Amino acid sequence: MSAPSLRSRLAARGLDGTTLLILPGLIFILALFVYPFAFGVIDSLRPKEGAWYANYAKFFHDPYQYGTIAATLWLALPVTIVNLALAVPIAFRVRLMRRQRLLTTILVLPITLGTVFVADGLLTFLGPRGWFNHALMLLGILHEPLKLTNNYWGVFASLLITGFPFAFLLTLSYVSGIDPAIEQAAATLGAGPRQRFARIFLPLLVPGLAVTFCLSFVQAYAVFPSAVLLGAPAGPTRVISIAAYQAAFEQYDHSMGSAIALIMGGVELVVVVLVLAGRSLFYRGPAGGTKG
Amino acid sequence: MNAVAEHANPASVASGVGASRIGGRLELDGLRRSFGAYNALAGIDLAIEPGEFIALLGPSGCGKSTALNCIAGLLELTGGEIRLGGRRIDQLEPEKRGFGMVFQSYALFPHMSVRKNVGFGLAMQGIKGPEAEKRIRDALAMVRLESQADKLPGQLSGGQQQRVAIARAIVIRPPVVLMDEPLSNLDAKLRLEMRAEIRAIHDQIGSTTIYVTHDQDEALSLADRIVVMSQGNIQQIGTPEELYQRPVNLTVADFMGFRTRMPGRIVSVAGDEAEIEVDGSRFTGLARETFRAGENAALAIRPEDLVASATAPGIAATVVSIEYRGRAFFGLARTAAGAELYFRADEPLSRGASAYLSPAPQRALIFREDAA
Repeated sequence: MSAPSLRSRLAARGLDGTTLLILPGLIFILALFVYPFAFGVIDSLRPKEGAWYANYAKFFHDPYQYGTIAATLWLALPVTIVNLALAVPIAFRVRLMRRQRLLTTILVLPITLGTVFVADGLLTFLGPRGWFNHALMLLGILHEPLKLTNNYWGVFASLLITGFPFAFLLTLSYVSGIDPAIEQAAATLGAGPRQRFARIFLPLLVPGLAVTFCLSFVQAYAVFPSAVLLGAPAGPTRVISIAAYQAAFEQYDHSMGSAIALIMGGVELVVVVLVLAGRSLFYRGPAGGTKG
Repeated sequence: MNAVAEHANPASVASGVGASRIGGRLELDGLRRSFGAYNALAGIDLAIEPGEFIALLGPSGCGKSTALNCIAGLLELTGGEIRLGGRRIDQLEPEKRGFGMVFQSYALFPHMSVRKNVGFGLAMQGIKGPEAEKRIRDALAMVRLESQADKLPGQLSGGQQQRVAIARAIVIRPPVVLMDEPLSNLDAKLRLEMRAEIRAIHDQIGSTTIYVTHDQDEALSLADRIVVMSQGNIQQIGTPEELYQRPVNLTVADFMGFRTRMPGRIVSVAGDEAEIEVDGSRFTGLARETFRAGENAALAIRPEDLVASATAPGIAATVVSIEYRGRAFFGLARTAAGAELYFRADEPLSRGASAYLSPAPQRALIFREDAA
């Protein structure tokens, strides 16, 4: 009896022709992620002057620099939370609609606009002489214009608009993944709408909402164009990506720029790990119910 | 036995044998439900006595599930009334009706253990502590799942999940238990086992049960009364025997296994019997509707009552297909005129051979053809 061929032995270990399909992706990941990332790490450890950790020491000794971590968190966390808080109820409503596709298209449209277009629109709309203030003053609700651009709120609004479609689409897919009969079963067993949400939907949605939170948060934490265009980039909306940009392209210290970028990644990683660790406290199996 | 029942703690009545009937008479009065221009329910009238086991039987799309969802409160009515014990309930939210429902997909809460699933309805009623524990234990015992109480639904087999769904529905002692094709996702053997269990549980808890199915065997073996539905209307209400022996029209007959129908012309009527001429042969059958001689009608008969043999007399036909089913052969034959006849044979007939079919006397029914 002959031994199985090399091909069938490899196939038994999950290596066959189909495995080759990952090659293009792998090459891209190596070339566009692993290599630049490794390059950035090494670059950040070779400061212009001082010991290998000098860039990091400098960043964490300068309030003007390390303050950007909190400033960015102060933008990204509330925006992410508000986005989720908006996405969940809207997804719940849209789930029951027959013309789901039309509404979903409208809600998702902001994705296609691009940050700069949104920023430009918001400047005109929310600015001191924009429609928003104009209308409120005409109605006599305001006596002087609210300052909504070139500060925290401008960036906040912009992040909300560009971030919402992502949060909404992800939430909608999780919400519609729950078998409607599960909710009906809860109703026949005496659970009112509030109890059905708190005891059935929420626990089943937590894992999905955690992932949505992470993706939305990372997106918001990397804010750059709207912080410059709509915010106060020298003041309260001097976010961490602005600090990295200034180090690398205004002071021509690419080593410092790399260090700040890595710190930014580190902060995101901490938040994501915390959220996903919290998620593991909940049920994570399929929410589509059971066999059927 | 009565003395025991009288002394029993009310909380344990449900687990006692011969439990008293709970809840009142359930009345459906002109129940209507339309989706746009489509009438899924076109006025259903039905009164169900406490403790009765009712099967809603019909092909898919006949409105039986719609009717069940309306009774549960999961669908709003577009007309009519539902009363329980004389009290109108059709305006109530499903959570205020207190009915137990068993879903086709089981609809267990995937993130809760079996115990929590079963206890959910009790928790919603504010029943806690030892009382809740006892009732959960009793309900799980009734479906023989005590040992699985701490598992998640995903760790159970389909049959076990269906049992949990039943325990979850009955633990709240509902006046009415609604079952929506609960066995359709199980394999044939398990289906038979669960069928017997469902009837046993019904007899034990004393609730009214409304059971939706498209399987006539299930309906015949389970129900006290069967309601045959078609196109949003009730075709016939009756005991399994009544439906099986005396369907009122061709639609019900079709559902009760009268697979063969032969169009013909009434020759004579005598009492409730009539003579009908089909393809030149004359047969006597039970007239289920009133006829006059000369009218068009159809003779309907079950395969087991239409016996084929290789020799005359009988309706001449050619065997199209034949299969062995243990005690007898069953097959399909076609007459020269093209009529298709489902027959039984005690001897193997070969495909393509001529056969002569004779209906068993008293077993053929005569209906109006356009009854559907």
